[in-house]
Amino acid sequence: MNLAIKKEQFSKLQSLIALLVLCLVISLLSDKFLTVANGWNVLRQISVNICISVGMTLVVLTAGIDLSVGSVLALCGAITAGLLKMGIELPDQNLYIGFTLFGACLIGILAGAALGFFNGWAITTFKVPPFVATLAMLTVARGLTMLWTGGFPISNLGASFAKLGTGWFIGVPVPVWISFLVVLLAIFISNKTPLGRYIYAIGGNENAARLSGIQINKVKIMVYSLAGALAALGGLMMTARLDSAQPNAGTGYELDAIAAVVIGGTSLSGGRGTILGTVLGAIIIGVLNNGLVLLNVSPFWQQVVKGLVILLAVIIDRANSKGE
Amino acid sequence: MLSARNITKKFAGVTALDQVSLDLYPGKVNAIIGENGAGKSTLMKILSGVYSDYAGDIELNQQVVRFRDTRDAQEKGIAIIHQELNLIPYLSIRENIFLGQELCTPWGLLDRVKMHQVTQQLLQKLRLNLHPNTLIKDLKVGQQQLIEIAKALHLNAQVIIMDEPTSAISGAEVAVLFEIIGELKKEGKTIAYISHKMDELFAIADTYTVLRDGKTIESGEIAQVNPEQLVAKMVGRAIPQLDRSSRQDNPVELLRVENLQLPFKGAKESSGNPIAFSLNEGEVLGIFGLMGAGRTELFETIFGLTSKKNRPELFIKGKKASIQSPADAVKAGLAMVSEDRKKDGILPLLSVKKNISITTLTQLLQNGILSAKKETALAVKYIKELNIKTPSPEQLIQDLSGGNQQKAILAKCLATQPRVLLLDEPTRGIDVNAKAEIYQLIGQFAKMGLGVILISSELPEIFAVCDRVLVLCEGQLNGNFPIAEASEEILLKAAIRL
Repeated sequence: MNLAIKKEQFSKLQSLIALLVLCLVISLLSDKFLTVANGWNVLRQISVNICISVGMTLVVLTAGIDLSVGSVLALCGAITAGLLKMGIELPDQNLYIGFTLFGACLIGILAGAALGFFNGWAITTFKVPPFVATLAMLTVARGLTMLWTGGFPISNLGASFAKLGTGWFIGVPVPVWISFLVVLLAIFISNKTPLGRYIYAIGGNENAARLSGIQINKVKIMVYSLAGALAALGGLMMTARLDSAQPNAGTGYELDAIAAVVIGGTSLSGGRGTILGTVLGAIIIGVLNNGLVLLNVSPFWQQVVKGLVILLAVIIDRANSKGE
Repeated sequence: MLSARNITKKFAGVTALDQVSLDLYPGKVNAIIGENGAGKSTLMKILSGVYSDYAGDIELNQQVVRFRDTRDAQEKGIAIIHQELNLIPYLSIRENIFLGQELCTPWGLLDRVKMHQVTQQLLQKLRLNLHPNTLIKDLKVGQQQLIEIAKALHLNAQVIIMDEPTSAISGAEVAVLFEIIGELKKEGKTIAYISHKMDELFAIADTYTVLRDGKTIESGEIAQVNPEQLVAKMVGRAIPQLDRSSRQDNPVELLRVENLQLPFKGAKESSGNPIAFSLNEGEVLGIFGLMGAGRTELFETIFGLTSKKNRPELFIKGKKASIQSPADAVKAGLAMVSEDRKKDGILPLLSVKKNISITTLTQLLQNGILSAKKETALAVKYIKELNIKTPSPEQLIQDLSGGNQQKAILAKCLATQPRVLLLDEPTRGIDVNAKAEIYQLIGQFAKMGLGVILISSELPEIFAVCDRVLVLCEGQLNGNFPIAEASEEILLKAAIRL
């Protein structure tokens, strides 16, 4: 057994211990916390963030960042909602296209992938820094959401679509299933496929990866497209849960996702980190949110506490990797 | 006089230095030699205040001192030129030289005029024809190394430690450096000089200390020994000479390069005749030239790393190959080991295994999934074949010595089954033993029918392994010599266009 691997496992264990301690403390302070209902509630709440954070992890592993996920989530949720509710009408040609549930969802997710593709294209072809390219997309996608919705929510989307957010399947909420499958898929990609290895290689040393014959641009475009598609999936789940696509949905979600990634031990300079770490990070944030609400902490203080936890997590992570 | 007495230093339980003693005499060049991992750099870092936790004593002029940090050491007159460059790329030469000791006007503002003058004098002293406002990032590696030296000179230190100062610079620059070392000696400065290059040591050193495995083996006057004896002390045995007798003379053309224009700084359009040459199967073709002659650029152009315009025409086995990117180059059967191992070579956060397999992952699939078994088998095969010293394939590559990192990089290149290997200074900063091993490997590759193109600043290296040498001068091909017709003098003359 190798020292570096042991160390990595230990630091993963550390966040797990932190999570358990957090749960213990909250359950001592509130008897509503440690109930089955609240457990599912927390998991359902974080499933949107998990979807986004998983995509964000892949992006951050390549030493990039995606600030556009919150807006992409809103736009894609709105697109699906709009297609479901109104279809496409072209009065000049006397044409009306209706959409099935599956068709509308698929188009929403493809739209997310397309927006991510655009991010990746700008970043690779024009060498725009990821921060700037996705910041631009954050604004553009939000604007497009406003244009598409006219600034009003699109609500009453039908019972079958709502199941995506509120339904249960074999005793587990549907969004939890979805995020679980997303996590499995991402772990598979990152550990078992060449693409996953290329992502780590590019983040660790892009020059060396290029000289090894890896098609850097292709990999990056794929990663940003995937992040866009996952943000869109999160948008669908959220729209379904609220039974409404809100034009200002997902504002600030990119920060929650980045927080989950960072708490999970992924290095913002790329090349180091795991999907599982991010999942733990997202759960820690979710439990913290839930606990603070249960304990009646004022929302203003909640933000302060959340910020301090992020800082603390990174400080501990730094201390762990200092010996390397 | 600076002395170390029974210095012991451990890293995470591993003893790097074990009771090492060393005397550095003023007015002399004190050579410290030993293989990579012998503890030279660690000892120098202790002497210059980088590490302050060690057992033993350091005596400066008969007084025991312990430097808190590098600044403390600098104030006491000790400067170090590290093996790795420590310059800030987006600051100018002037700003880098004065970093941390900026001169100020009485108003407390930066005194640019004064600093400009001093920088200019330093640059003149180093025969560098550069403007003090040039950004470091626009300099070649060799020039950057000389700026490091300028920085140390500027400190006006009594003791100057040079950790492999010539590993990145070429003949003409080495000559300048040696002149400056001579001047410093005359001024009574103490110079500690670490190098792997025997010819250099015998050219300038006065005393020597040999370290091996963290212990002092021997100290003495350099005049009392010869290179073979020193090398034997470093490694405990003599280096085997490369056997080239069995390399067959096989004139089957493997690669032909035509119409290659080297991009040059300053000149918008490259001028002069385009470069053309060919490489045969089983041939080791050397590329010699001074720093800045365009050697690395030649590789980059061939490998698809430069602009898409002005691509050279490449023919592999007579067939035209279109190479627009490194990925195309690898597909066409080329592989390249770049000059800067840390920057362009290793994937530092990944294991040895993953570094070796990175080029051929798509061949290691089973039902579309990466097969851990196949991957490990590949890594183990190359670790054995190239004799990579690592505790396990899972070890992080950054924990290996430079020579073993380089062998792992060779392994990843070989894994793609290339027909042409481009090696850019493959033995830079590598100890004598690993160097000999890499020469042996190059010989084996050639025997297997590979064509090897080798860029080297070290003439003995060219003569040790190459069959033919191309000489570049200012971006132009200025000579093509079979090794039998070449001599160090001929190559140097062609390189400086005498």
